[in-house]
Amino acid sequence: MNGGRPVANRSSKPSDLNVLVIDENSIRASIIEVGLREAGYDNVTIIDDMNGLARRIMEINPDVIVIDIENPNRDMLESIFQISRAVKRPIAMFVDKSDEASIEAAVEAGVSAYIVDGLKQERVRPILKMAISRFNAFSRLNRELEETRGELENRKLIDRAKGLLMRSRGLTEDEAYALMRRTAMNQNRKIVEIAQSLITAASLLDPGTDA
Amino acid sequence: MTSTHQITAGFLPLLDSAILVAAKEKGFAQAQEIELALVRERSWATIRDRLAVSHFDVAHILAPMPIACNLGLTAPAPRMIVPMALGLGGNAVTVSAGLWSEMAECGASPDLDARSSGLALKQVIDRRKGDRLRFGVVHPYSGHNYELRYWLSASGIDPDRQVEIGILPPPDMADALTAGLIDGYCAGEPWNTLGVLNNGAHLATAKAAIWKSSPEKVLGVNSRWADGHPKALAALLQALYKASLWCANAANHLELADLLARPAYVNRPAEDLLPALTGLLHTGGGEIRNVKDFFVPNAKAATFPWKSHALWFYTQMVRWGHIEHTAQHQQIANDTYRPDIYRNALRTLNVAMPAASSKVEGALRTETPVGSSGALTLGPDGFFDGNLFDPDDVDGYIAAQSRS
Repeated sequence: MNGGRPVANRSSKPSDLNVLVIDENSIRASIIEVGLREAGYDNVTIIDDMNGLARRIMEINPDVIVIDIENPNRDMLESIFQISRAVKRPIAMFVDKSDEASIEAAVEAGVSAYIVDGLKQERVRPILKMAISRFNAFSRLNRELEETRGELENRKLIDRAKGLLMRSRGLTEDEAYALMRRTAMNQNRKIVEIAQSLITAASLLDPGTDA
Repeated sequence: MTSTHQITAGFLPLLDSAILVAAKEKGFAQAQEIELALVRERSWATIRDRLAVSHFDVAHILAPMPIACNLGLTAPAPRMIVPMALGLGGNAVTVSAGLWSEMAECGASPDLDARSSGLALKQVIDRRKGDRLRFGVVHPYSGHNYELRYWLSASGIDPDRQVEIGILPPPDMADALTAGLIDGYCAGEPWNTLGVLNNGAHLATAKAAIWKSSPEKVLGVNSRWADGHPKALAALLQALYKASLWCANAANHLELADLLARPAYVNRPAEDLLPALTGLLHTGGGEIRNVKDFFVPNAKAATFPWKSHALWFYTQMVRWGHIEHTAQHQQIANDTYRPDIYRNALRTLNVAMPAASSKVEGALRTETPVGSSGALTLGPDGFFDGNLFDPDDVDGYIAAQSRS
């Protein structure tokens, strides 16, 4: 625990800063943590469980706090900075007009940061930059995962619809697919929508089938 | 159809987002050629941040918060104006079953009377040994914090020394009560109703009893956006005014509760949202009481942004050490609320307007017809302890409060 060290005595080595990452998404939190350690910040704590958050912050007594902006505890967090004498006074990362671009980038990425009053912005700016890029990378990854999941789901539906057509109309696989594609084009719909209607129709007509 | 105005509004999932939700869902925005996007957030800090970076043009926001932003009490601090209030009342003070039974022993009446419940709480605190009682509110610069503190101190309880007041997200309040982390909280709906129904809590008093006809959420507007889009803002105020009329109509309460219950909005059962709309509140122990003017969306100039409301919040910021009192600070608070914009925007709707933009809070003891047309009724607007707030004597009010 580094609590109580006066700010003035700190050397300018990045590793000296005590960084706290608060994120209910533990995977994202560890991605940030790894990034910080790689950048030479050895003193990193992660909180992903919000129980007793105020008490833990007082124990950790961080110089820099990185938090996801979706976190409903931000109002509480800001209020303990405002009133508490037990914690060094962190303030919002963005204190002047020149920071407008970084505020915007941070809010876009879904991250916010607080630093202890008196700490030079230049010393902590790399932390925020890293957090922003990792937050962005994380959402990109998530989006791709969702898309892949969606595609997989679609392919399954199309395969089932193809099977139905092959059985009920004696078509080959290629013919079944071509029929669905033609129908989709004619009705200005997606092929997966046609597949879905086929499956629904089949299950309504014959609840005994595997559709 | 393309709309003339695209407006993005942030909101928190609370009952008093009703006017914004109705404006979008009941077509009032569309009728003004507004494409209104509503974005739900989970903290006031994020609403403020997204206003600052212009993700939001306007937001459903705590009435004192735009003043705090303009006074530079928050960072980032977007420059903001308040051209409209989003209703009067809507909060309650909820206490644990244990604390309520002690208060009842000390004479708290179950009708949410602020005076008797406050005096009872004082007796409980005076005879109590051990830890201080703990209360939760949603934000330091909130009506909840200031009305809870007003109620406590007017009841002879020092809010800084005799109790502890902490900040919690509203959805966590009731669970914190059950877990014994707090003994009571002041929050908006549906969190009081849910605390009573699901956690055995009891209502102690209501905002409508502490300060009658008082504002809770307002429309906070990024002033840069307002300057660049005067037509869009006027159109929005007209849409919101019409929506407030719709929300106020008892015939629409069931539909409004259903709208607000949707996953995109408050995402809680409609039956738990209805009490605040009808004023028939679950007060605890299976009782239901009719609380007069619990939440007022339109009547009594409920959407009018009174300068006296802004200045009262300012006096409380000074009182609790949030800001130093100077003539300049007072001016900033005064200028944040913009009844002039409200009047101009609603002129064509023939809305009955108050003649003044400021009033002595507590001067109206009963419902009083005002205005030339006589179509508008104001009040009662008093504080429960009978004290008046004269916005022309802010210095005197602040001095008197620092002595008490």
